[in-house]
Amino acid sequence: MNTATTMLTPSIDLTISPRLAKNVRRNIKERIIEFILMLAALSAVATTLSIVGVLLYESLSFFKTVSVVDFFTDTQWTPLFEDAHYGIMPLVSGTLTTSAVALALAIPVGTIAAIYLSEFASHKTREIVKPILELLVGVPTIVFGYFALLFLTPILQKIFPDLPGFNMLSAGLVMGIMIVPYIASVAEDAMRAVPMSMREGSYAMGATRFQTAVRVVTPAAISGIVAAYILGISRAVGETMVVAVAAGLEPKLSFNPTESAATITSYIVQVTQGDLPHGSIGYQSIFAAGLVLMAMTLCFNVIGHLIRKKYREHY
Amino acid sequence: MTTDALSESPKQASVLKNLDAVRAMIKRHKLNDYIFSAIGLLALMLALLTLITLFTDLVIDGHERFNLDFLSNFPSRRAVNAGILSAWVGSALIMLITFITAVPMGVAAGLYLEEYAPKNWFSDLIEINVTNLAGVPSIIYGLLALSLFVYIFGLGSSILTAGLTLGLLILPIVIVSTRESIRAIPAAIREAAYAVGATKWQVVYDHVLKYSYGGILTGVIIGMARALGETAPLVTIGAATYIAYLPTSPISSTPPFLNFEWLSSDFTAMPIQMFNWLSRPDHAFHINAAATGALIIVVTLLMNGTAIYLRYKIRKNIKW
Repeated sequence: MNTATTMLTPSIDLTISPRLAKNVRRNIKERIIEFILMLAALSAVATTLSIVGVLLYESLSFFKTVSVVDFFTDTQWTPLFEDAHYGIMPLVSGTLTTSAVALALAIPVGTIAAIYLSEFASHKTREIVKPILELLVGVPTIVFGYFALLFLTPILQKIFPDLPGFNMLSAGLVMGIMIVPYIASVAEDAMRAVPMSMREGSYAMGATRFQTAVRVVTPAAISGIVAAYILGISRAVGETMVVAVAAGLEPKLSFNPTESAATITSYIVQVTQGDLPHGSIGYQSIFAAGLVLMAMTLCFNVIGHLIRKKYREHY
Repeated sequence: MTTDALSESPKQASVLKNLDAVRAMIKRHKLNDYIFSAIGLLALMLALLTLITLFTDLVIDGHERFNLDFLSNFPSRRAVNAGILSAWVGSALIMLITFITAVPMGVAAGLYLEEYAPKNWFSDLIEINVTNLAGVPSIIYGLLALSLFVYIFGLGSSILTAGLTLGLLILPIVIVSTRESIRAIPAAIREAAYAVGATKWQVVYDHVLKYSYGGILTGVIIGMARALGETAPLVTIGAATYIAYLPTSPISSTPPFLNFEWLSSDFTAMPIQMFNWLSRPDHAFHINAAATGALIIVVTLLMNGTAIYLRYKIRKNIKW
C-alpha cells in the first residue's frame, strides 16, 4: 500500500522519478476507488438509519396529538372519521390473525417439504423441485391477492356458506402458501448442514429414514428450523397486497379468521391510495402504524438471527 | 440334550415370537417411511399445483383481453376498451431507473464488503444492516420514500421516486448475490494477479468482477423481477391510478436527443393497474386484472427462470 512513502525516504535526490510519480498516482486512484466502494456499502447503513429516522420523526408528531396509552389501549382505529379513535390494537389483531392462519399452513407443510427434500428426495427430484419453489417465491404478491380474492374465497364460500367475500381466512391461507417455499428452503439448508456421519450412525443402529429424519436430523437442525419459522412470521406480518386485496379494509378487533379485518399493512395501503394532505393526522398515522410494523418484524428478524447464530452447532 | 431342549423350548418360542414382533415392527417402520414419502411429495406438490392453478386461473379469467389493443390502449371507464399502455410504459421506465441505481450501488457495495472491508466492528455493522434490510417489509420502503423522496427531497410522486424506491428495495438482493458469487472465486486467481504486479483495483475489476459476472447477473435479474412485481411501496408513494397519457419520451429526434422531463412525470405501473382494477366491484374489470396478472406473471417467471437457468449453467461450467 505505502510503496510511495517507503520508497521516498531512502531516495537521496528529491526529484521524483516518473515511475515513482506513476506509483503515487496509482495509489491515489486506488484510495479513491476504495472510498467510493465504501460509500456504496454505507448506503445500506444510511437506508436503515433513514427508515428508523423517518418513522420516528413522523410518529413523533403523531404522538403529539395522540397519547401513547390511547394508542395501545383504545380498541377502535378510526383516524379518518369525525369521531377519531387511535387504537392500534384492531390493526395488530388483524395482522396477527392473518399471520397465524398463514403459519398454521406454512409451518407443517414447509417442515414436511424440508424434511422430504433433505432426507428423502433423490438428487434428481431436488434439482427439479428447488427451482420450482424459487419460481413460486418470485410470483408477485398482487397476483396472489387476485388468487385469494377471486379463486380461493369462492371455493371456501362453498365449504363455509357464511364466509364474507373479504375474509382473513382466505388471505391467510394464500399467504401461507407464499411462505412455504421460504420456510422449506431455510429449514432444508439447516438440515443439510447436519453431517452425514450422524445419519450413518443412526442407520447403523437400524433406524429407518423416517426415524433418522425425525429423531436425529431434525433435533440437530432445530435452531435453523426455528429460525426459518421466525423469519416466516416476519414475512407474514409484513405482507401487504394479499391482505389489502382479500381481507377487507375495516379495522376490527377480532381474532376470528372468518371475518374481514384490516391489518397494519392494508391500512397503510388504504390510506395512501386516497389523496392525503401532507402533515395531516391521517398522514402521520400511517407512520405510527409503520413504526409498530417495523418493530414487530425487527423483533422477529433479530430473534431469528440470534437463534440461528447462537445455537448453530459447529460440527 | 433332551432335557436341555425341553427346558429351552419355551425360551425358543419366545425368541420366535420376538422375531415375529421385530419383523412386524420393521414392516411398520417401512410403511411409515412410505407414508411420509407420500406426504412429503404431497407437500411439495402443493407448491407446484398452486403455481399451475394460479397461472391457469389467470389465463382462463383474462383470456378475453389477450390482444394487442390491451397493450396499446390507455385505461378507460369501460372495461372492454381499457388497456395497460401507460402501465407497462411506466413499469419499463421505473425499471430503467431501478436498474441504473441499484446495480452499480449494489455491486460496488458487494465488492467492498467482500474484497476491501477490514474485519472490524464497522464491517460487521454494514453486514448486519444488509441482512436486516433484506427482511424489512416492502411497504416500509414505501413509507421511507413517501417522507424522504416525495416530501423532503421534493421529488413528488414521480417516476424518479418510484425507480429510486424500488432501487433501494432490491439493493440487498444485488449486494448478497454479488458477495456470494465473488466468494466462489478461489484465492489463487487473486494471488496470480497480484504476483504479476496488479493493484487491488486491477485484481478486482479485471479478474474478480469478470469471473463473478454471471452470478451477479443472476442476482440482478431476480432483483429486477421482484421490482417489477412490487405493488405496496408504489401505492404508498402515491402511484396514480388513472393515467391517460404517456410521459415525454426519453429520446427525442432533436438535439440533445435525451430529455429528462419523464423523470418527474406521474406514474403508474402494471401491478398498480392490476390492483386498481381488482379493487373495483365491477366484474368486467376483474377480467382486465386477470389479463394484467397473467402478463406480469409471464414476465416475472421468464426473468426468474432465466436467472435460475443461468445459475445452473454457471455452476456446471465452472471448473477452477
